[in-house]
Amino acid sequence: MHFSGLRVIREALTGHKGWKPLWRNPEPQPAYDYIIVGGGGHGLATAYYLAKTFGRARIAVLEKSWLGSGNIGRNTTIIRSNYLLPGNEPFYEFSMKLWEGLEQEFNFNAMVSQRGILNLCHTDAQRDAFRRRGNAMLLAGADAELLDREQVRAMAPFLNFDNARFPIKGGLLQRRAGTARHDGVAWGYARGADMRGVDLIQNCEVTGFRIDGGRISGVETTRGYIAAGTVGVAVAGSSSRVMAMAGMRLPIESHVLQAFVSEGLKPTIPGVITFGAGHFYVSQSDKGGLVFGGDIDGYNSYAQRGNLPVIEDVAEGGMALMPMIGRARLLRVWGGIMDMSMDGSPIIDRTPVEGLYLNAGWCYGGFKATPASGYAFAHLLATGRPHETASAYRLDRFTRGYVIDEKGVGAQPNLH
Amino acid sequence: MTRLTGGLIDRARNLRFTFDGRTYAGHPGDTLASALLANGVRLMGRSFKYHRPRGVFSAGSEEPNALVELRSGARKEPNSRATVAELYDGLEAASQNHVGPLGFDLLAVNDLFSSFFAAGFYYKTFMWPRAFWEKLYEPAIRRAAGLGSLSMQPDPDAYDKGFLHCDLLVIGGGAAGLSAALTASRAGARVILADEDFRLGGRLLAESHLLDDAPATEWVAQAEAELAALPNVRILCRTTVIGAFDHGVYGAVERVADHLPEPGRQVRQTLWRITASRAVLAAGAIERHIPFRNNDRPGIMLAGAMRAYANRWAASPARRVAIFTNNDDGHRTALDLAAKGIEVAAVIDSRSDAQAQGHYRLVHGMVCDAKGRLGLRGVQIDSDGRREWLDCGALGVAGGWNPNVHLASHHRGRPVWDAALQAFVPGEGGPCGLIAAGAAKGQGSTAAALRSGAGAAVEALAQLGIEARSAELPAAEDAPAGLRPLWHVPGKGRAWVDFQNDVTVKDIKLAHQENMRPVEHLKRWTTLGMATDQGKTANVTALAVMSELTGKPIPETGTTIFRPPYSGVSLSVLGGGDTGPHFRPRRLTPTHEWARAQGAVFVEVGPWVRAQYFPRPGETHWRQTVDREVLATRAGVGICDVTTLGKVDVQGADAGEFLDRIYANAMKSLKVGMVRYGLMLREDGMAWDDGTCARLAEDHYVTTTTTAQAGPVYRQMEFARQCLWPELDVQLISTTDAWAQIAVAGPNARRLLERIVDGFDLSNEAFPFMACAGLMVCGGLRARLFRISFSGELAYEIAVPARYGQALVERLMEKGADLGATPYGTEALGVMRIEKGHAAGNELNGQTTAQMLGLGRMVSSKKDGIGAVMSRREGLAAETRVLVGLQPVDPAQPVLAGMHLFAEGAEHRTETDQGWITSACHSPHVGSSIGLGFLADGGTRMGETVIAANPLQGQKVALRVVPPHFIDPEGGRLRD
Amino acid sequence: MLIPHPLLGLRDAQEFTYLGDAVLLNRPDGMAEGAEAAFAEYVYLRDNPAGVHRELWFHEQGDRSWLVVTRDTTTHEILGAELARDVKLKGGAA
Repeated sequence: MHFSGLRVIREALTGHKGWKPLWRNPEPQPAYDYIIVGGGGHGLATAYYLAKTFGRARIAVLEKSWLGSGNIGRNTTIIRSNYLLPGNEPFYEFSMKLWEGLEQEFNFNAMVSQRGILNLCHTDAQRDAFRRRGNAMLLAGADAELLDREQVRAMAPFLNFDNARFPIKGGLLQRRAGTARHDGVAWGYARGADMRGVDLIQNCEVTGFRIDGGRISGVETTRGYIAAGTVGVAVAGSSSRVMAMAGMRLPIESHVLQAFVSEGLKPTIPGVITFGAGHFYVSQSDKGGLVFGGDIDGYNSYAQRGNLPVIEDVAEGGMALMPMIGRARLLRVWGGIMDMSMDGSPIIDRTPVEGLYLNAGWCYGGFKATPASGYAFAHLLATGRPHETASAYRLDRFTRGYVIDEKGVGAQPNLH
Repeated sequence: MTRLTGGLIDRARNLRFTFDGRTYAGHPGDTLASALLANGVRLMGRSFKYHRPRGVFSAGSEEPNALVELRSGARKEPNSRATVAELYDGLEAASQNHVGPLGFDLLAVNDLFSSFFAAGFYYKTFMWPRAFWEKLYEPAIRRAAGLGSLSMQPDPDAYDKGFLHCDLLVIGGGAAGLSAALTASRAGARVILADEDFRLGGRLLAESHLLDDAPATEWVAQAEAELAALPNVRILCRTTVIGAFDHGVYGAVERVADHLPEPGRQVRQTLWRITASRAVLAAGAIERHIPFRNNDRPGIMLAGAMRAYANRWAASPARRVAIFTNNDDGHRTALDLAAKGIEVAAVIDSRSDAQAQGHYRLVHGMVCDAKGRLGLRGVQIDSDGRREWLDCGALGVAGGWNPNVHLASHHRGRPVWDAALQAFVPGEGGPCGLIAAGAAKGQGSTAAALRSGAGAAVEALAQLGIEARSAELPAAEDAPAGLRPLWHVPGKGRAWVDFQNDVTVKDIKLAHQENMRPVEHLKRWTTLGMATDQGKTANVTALAVMSELTGKPIPETGTTIFRPPYSGVSLSVLGGGDTGPHFRPRRLTPTHEWARAQGAVFVEVGPWVRAQYFPRPGETHWRQTVDREVLATRAGVGICDVTTLGKVDVQGADAGEFLDRIYANAMKSLKVGMVRYGLMLREDGMAWDDGTCARLAEDHYVTTTTTAQAGPVYRQMEFARQCLWPELDVQLISTTDAWAQIAVAGPNARRLLERIVDGFDLSNEAFPFMACAGLMVCGGLRARLFRISFSGELAYEIAVPARYGQALVERLMEKGADLGATPYGTEALGVMRIEKGHAAGNELNGQTTAQMLGLGRMVSSKKDGIGAVMSRREGLAAETRVLVGLQPVDPAQPVLAGMHLFAEGAEHRTETDQGWITSACHSPHVGSSIGLGFLADGGTRMGETVIAANPLQGQKVALRVVPPHFIDPEGGRLRD
Repeated sequence: MLIPHPLLGLRDAQEFTYLGDAVLLNRPDGMAEGAEAAFAEYVYLRDNPAGVHRELWFHEQGDRSWLVVTRDTTTHEILGAELARDVKLKGGAA
């Protein structure tokens, strides 16, 4: 079914009787050519591109819970390509370009909104680092602007310019960055994949891998054994748990990141703003809620909930940066489990088990990567070769010394 | 006016308030909602999506409809629930989310087109043309969305944080909470009783029935008096427990002054972090409604709320009301209202065998429609197919009660379905040590709640080893509810499930039709439960409707859990009031006051505040000042406070061995009385931090770190000492704050120091470059002297106990007046270190290697130093970028940190990028801008011209590659 | 969170700085044959269990001792805490 304004009008006039399920609820087949483990954003996008762009068939996505229940269902919805390192920036810029045509491509309004992201700087050294990063972005074909204090003030006059512990000196602006409706992204990919014959199987948890002579032959699930020629795992948050079933240890720790939304408010904040002297970033959703976050709690966790000190820390950061939000109320705080990798960058690679591939380690940046991650992972699954923008995301980069460490903090996941 | 008799309001006093500019009067004890009802105001707000006219729906913090902007100016508080806003004299409130007057909202046009705005419609349209989303569609949606608006001014009030500890935290001060608190306090336990209301009693305040033949309020008053008199009890009224966190930690917000016109000298709110050994969740229950067509008309509300308004607040939404119920509780409302003189037009009971419990008309049937857009005028009743319109100004709806399981699910423990109660009750996996009681556990009758609260306290205290006996409890009603589920009234038209977000039964049907059936899909597709009440009044009903559609029982359809906070919490109180300049503490150097007296300009360096430069009269630009400071230092002597560098004192027989493992280079071989530059790697082989390591005695070293890494380096050293090599005899202490350290640099440095040391030989022979010693200065002051140089000049750093730092600087300035002694700040410090080619934070950014810094040979392979093994990995060894100096071919051209480097003639792309400029400054010595940077194969490219590109600012500059020492490359100045 | 410090009793977790898996106690011998492979595993690979986890916390705003805390990563329940020094002297974090 094609979605359009005309269709909405026609259905409204005829009692909405014509709307069809967004996707089927198929029973799992005994065998597939491709199994994607994980029906989150990356898994669904992988299945979509595998079917659509690479023309593959006999594909299933296995999701232990409901579609989109991974971190795509609980994030702060930011999309951007403002990275420094050559291992990252071309990949995220590829993702940004996919975002820019995504809704028309999969015929679903995911509310991709390029209202910009403004990173603030508070020291000369931060501005120097922004200049280096902004230039790296431009060199990779992305957009970037370095703003001085007055340009920042013109964009966001409500920030604390006059009375701050760490005065605002300027900012790095990426106008093409912004936000997208996170669930809509999952649903758009799911619907697009389903339309192309992909079986999206919910409530189907993978409980083991069947490996014969170093090669994958299928997966054990709570709904029985399913054979597969190629298996791609995209279960960020649970990567270590799942890959342990294939005998692998990963350069990943699981950490909880809390995120926050305020009660709905009339339009207040134009785009995404990040504080450079504390843990706080914020945007405002189309419904009016301030969507904000800060740092991870910092300890290994699979509990999907955090603790009070981080909530206070984030609120302190917000109040320091924009004291006019004080009388807004926090509506809800939630926690998601992040695959925090040892260099802060992801992994899209084959594994020592032939036919078994891994997409993991997204830290708290996985949402913006969804289109490129799906595309690059599909490319790898379909062709056996890494996509050109994702060729640095290898598993062996740690042992070989080619880490992609944007923050320069080394092998300590909770600092990335 | 619909003010009734009785109630817990103080009629002796009148409070004036305004709503949408009109002035009304109420009494102490009123909420904004009760006072408006008493003044005959039913229309209080507009819904989120369709802008439907709405009235008050509940009498508590779960209110989805009656949201207002409270107060004005900088104190304006959007989305305030009128049902919990305590009335004070002069209160100002305004309705929100409408264009034009509340009674004639232009955006109500949305309601006419509501069939186009069915669940999920926006996912299906607004895609063409693409550019219209940001330009047209989204701005329109954003303007229509949102609820209230912020003042956009900083919050003028003060806030506080506090910590409390107790044996038992009782959450909720109703029947169950009071009996729990009485039971626990009498056993001697430390008790905190928290209730969100401004008055203890909970539902007891809203009911007319008796406890021990007296009004319930009398028992409440006795209990409160007893608790208030006990030293082991703390009562926190106006306090919402917002979340259950790990290990018995609860967050609570006390609204200290929200009931006052202005906080005055008090804080407005306090965030309490309560650490409780055990907790009793006695948060009560929230009534649920029964959706029917147009069930959102102003005047339709929960029956329990209607009863509360009548009994507690002596207010009624109308003189003639009706009740729609599926259980006996609805009849209580009818009886109580009738007793207050309100005309009960009918009780419509969906149970065919229901009996009237008083003198009112009973109809067996259902309410199937309502009329009165801005205020209810009547409801249509369906009794076995016979339809009839019944005139009434208000309708109470009683659909049963949902236990308030909110906090019990904060640890993601799922509530379980109790088929007998037809409700979810707290299940397994709740917060450790939290015991539910009373209506929150499904023990809803007054007698059961009292018993359950006392029992929970006894159980909780027993777990702590405190023996407690249930408080003797008054006799109370113990009637069953007799509920027979009715989840919604079937029929055409829109029946609201989630009022604020305008989610109707039809929307749920559509979600089912489109296969958005898992409860999380349902919520996300329809926005059910996402409004300010977080689904407290909607979620269970929606689940039941979905269950009917799927044919699966409710618990199989799904459960919903709640996330903190229990109800909305101001960001001000979570931030705790430390805003503006108080966001983080300031660390001041020992010479801060002196520097301020010199007119220094200060700069934030992490937590430190350091002197950046010292302008003199007549200097109009910071560059003038900095150039002068640099030249004066290089010509005479400069003085700079470098206390902020981290200092770690290392002592013990194995101190040398320990430092050999900490640093990449050798330290065991360092001679006593000498200093060595030290480079630390991370265990992953990357360069991490640098500093000096001075050996004061065989078993005593003093090391320094960079300012930024002082904490992390000390932590790492303790890690190495305790976790890696506990067998070594070594002790550490951070002495960063103990010693004031002053750099004295320049050709006159020795002459100046000679004037303050107590008989210490500073000659080059006795105290050469890289020497160190403990000594006395200024006539008996203990000091340490290090002959080290960051500036490239003859230089020393002298350390004295921190409290003498300012006196030392003053003495140096005084004694050095004729030597040209000049204070310099961090800017001049930076210029001189760039001129000398010393790496600092911009070069040691955690992404660079010893080899890149030109220090590769320092990494010893003869010992097991941290990071040495990993520094030899292929990827690190293959790195060709090294630190070089860069000087513009045309001296007028700028050099800026963050420019990228390219070969001449090359295209400027990621693939051709050859490096970047790390640090840059204007060098008064060279007479142009200069820079340091990492350049591919830089070591072999001296003299070559490269292009520094800064496309961000439209610059391209030709630079000559030079060695990274712009002054004194041979180092003669240091050593003479 | 509250951490049961073996010397100081229950302390707020905010006083501590977290490092990670207690296997970091087991630093390989950098002078041994094959040190590079051993270090690559030591520095980068983790079990990252969903369940009982032994982990290092530094009492930075306290007595500056390193602790090995045993904690369940699915519930955050703390099962015990020891001085890291004692664990190391007893043979590491096996």
